[in-house]
Amino acid sequence: MDFRLTEDQRALSRGVRDLLEGRFDREALRAAVDAPALDRELWRELGDAGFFALRLPEEDGGVGLGLPEAVLVFEEAGRALLPGPLVATHLAAGSVPGAAEGTVVVTEADEGLVPWLDEADVVIGDAGGAVPMRSVDPLTPLHRVPGERGHGEGGLLAGGDGRLVAALLLAAEQVGSAGWATEAAVGYAREREQFGQPIGAFQAVKHLCAGMLVRTELARAAVRAASVTADPVEIAGAKLLADTAAVGNARDCLQVLGGMGFTWEADVHLHLKRAWVRAELRLPAARAEEAVAAGL
Amino acid sequence: MDLSCTDEEEAYRAGLREWLAATLPGLPERPDPLDWPGRRAYDCGWQRRLYDAGYADVHWDASPTQRLIFLEETELAGAPYVGANFVGLLHAGPTVAAEGTPEQRARWLPPVLRGDEVWCQGFSEPGAGSDLASLRTRAVRDGDEYVISGQKIWTSHAEVADWCELLVRTDPGAASKHKGITWLAMPMDAPGITVRPLRTLAGSTEFAEVFLDEVRVPVGNRVGEENDGWRVTMVTLSFERGTAFVGEVVACRRLLGELARTARKNGTWDDPVLRRRLGRLSAEFRALWRIVQANVSEAQATGGAPGAGGSVFKLHYSHARQELYEAAAAVLGPEALDLGRDWTLDRLSSLSYTIAAGTSQIQRNIVAERILGLPKGR
Ligand SMILES: Cc1cc2nc3c(=O)[nH]c(=O)nc-3n(C[C@H](O)[C@H](O)[C@H](O)COP(=O)(O)OP(=O)(O)OC[C@H]3O[C@@H](n4cnc5c(N)ncnc54)[C@H](O)[C@@H]3O)c2cc1C
Repeated sequence: MDFRLTEDQRALSRGVRDLLEGRFDREALRAAVDAPALDRELWRELGDAGFFALRLPEEDGGVGLGLPEAVLVFEEAGRALLPGPLVATHLAAGSVPGAAEGTVVVTEADEGLVPWLDEADVVIGDAGGAVPMRSVDPLTPLHRVPGERGHGEGGLLAGGDGRLVAALLLAAEQVGSAGWATEAAVGYAREREQFGQPIGAFQAVKHLCAGMLVRTELARAAVRAASVTADPVEIAGAKLLADTAAVGNARDCLQVLGGMGFTWEADVHLHLKRAWVRAELRLPAARAEEAVAAGL
Repeated sequence: MDLSCTDEEEAYRAGLREWLAATLPGLPERPDPLDWPGRRAYDCGWQRRLYDAGYADVHWDASPTQRLIFLEETELAGAPYVGANFVGLLHAGPTVAAEGTPEQRARWLPPVLRGDEVWCQGFSEPGAGSDLASLRTRAVRDGDEYVISGQKIWTSHAEVADWCELLVRTDPGAASKHKGITWLAMPMDAPGITVRPLRTLAGSTEFAEVFLDEVRVPVGNRVGEENDGWRVTMVTLSFERGTAFVGEVVACRRLLGELARTARKNGTWDDPVLRRRLGRLSAEFRALWRIVQANVSEAQATGGAPGAGGSVFKLHYSHARQELYEAAAAVLGPEALDLGRDWTLDRLSSLSYTIAAGTSQIQRNIVAERILGLPKGR
């Protein structure tokens, strides 16, 4: 047993981080917030980099990697707060033409919500009668499907494995976001001075930051292990802990940033809002908890 | 990331399972927590069985993975708890294994594995708990002996221990309080030692005050250099926080399963709030086990003792375990007030988890300063 990343996995992680830092840095993020449209060019570049075809076999033109690699890549996407229906398009690669290459944008109706409906070329699941919402996340336009429809049942991606993989990849994004929030809080706490010293020297602040790391590590261990075992109960647990980490860390980060944290200018609200959206998609807390309990 | 075990490891697991299945039935109940001599005899008897069957060396001679398999399988099977052997097997022994001389290893380690000798931990003092380095128990060199005077407190199992991993101040004039400390192995039958049991809130006398009045300990019992005891202490604490509770995570998972069965029987399972609470706890204990695997992999790769990462684990583990017993109380209802139920004593004992082995506040300081690099407080 060696529950550490292999050298290749580390390199993949670093590579994706570099790619995203170059292609979707903070400036691009803020520009996207100001003009929320899906960047098709970026989508294609992600496709070229193998983001969507990552798990497709090489003979089908894919990268031929597995779920453990996919969670590392999606963790980086979460860290960078990359917008768009990433998980649905990734899952559609191989079955929806163009998805693997990033020339087609695929979204999915899930839990009664449809992200990016107007921008998508293909919609999986039943989005009939979907009405637009004023989405809390400025980078995720949302439609609501009326009634009880779309609760993750049916649809191309919804059955069996696809459903679990979607939950796990969302969880991986949550972990990336939770890690970002920890770094942002710690970085600020080292610099910002009050009462003649960095606020990070105050125990009340230190303890918030320590709690953020603990949440992230717990969720990260759960997500990575679940990517190896692909065990349904473990995946449900991973989603649950990752949702808790992403939402909790964004809130604590906001607190550490003080008044600055409450502004539109600080990025932390974008992470919090996205974390809320992801937490509502694919196995929200109540059902994840039930799924794990059923395994007892 | 590879969670699988080698064929050799799987064979070890299978053999252990078989042995446990043959050995556990018919094992007597562990004596009452008020009967420490009885518990010592019981715990050492169990250790002796492990030794005779060839399973004891797992604690410091086997690979970390094999050790995890051992802890996982023994706990899953509901084998007896390490109990009185906790300190010797899980942190004093590993410290001697890592820092002791060949002679020290040969003298102290085999009796721990055989269940012949029990250790206790003499770190805390009335004036030095969280601020451990401010300890005042003095040791003055007299020829090839140290002469020790002072007082220790909260010393678990002191009543029944043969040896004590003892921290003493050997240089009161050192430039910093961390510099003048030395790590010694003290025989508990040496003249000048008085043990006065303290009663815990659970009613047992599991820890004690230890008074030291000119106790003589050979210089050869020193692990590490004189005045270099703080470094050795960090090794001990990294085992105590990093790996000593590993088996108990598995025990918690087993207890959760038991709790779910109880809940299904008594109808509380129908309450979705309670069910969901158990589900979340289950997810947390599964993830804690994964953190253990990650920490062990890291330590195995670097060949060192578990680092500050142990604090991340200890922080969440101690909290989650307390939450587990609170959930258990909700499942049991009024029965949770009955001291005759295992869960009730466990619930009381669990109140110490966020205090013993370094309080949660201290662990947060360690995580913030040593892992996250935040500035030290004044
Ligand atoms: C069941 C049990 C068994 C034990 N067994 C042993 C043993 O075998 N051997 C041994 O040596 N010791 C043992 N201990 C002692 C244990 O390590 C100490 O109790 C612990 O380190 C706390 O020290 P203290 O009790 O002096 O509390 P204090 O240090 O006085 O702390 C009191 C409170 O103040 C807080 N506090 C203190 N300093 C800080 C700070 N810098 N920042 C924030 N908060 C702070 C603490 O978190 C705590 O809430 C045991 C304790 C228990 C409960």
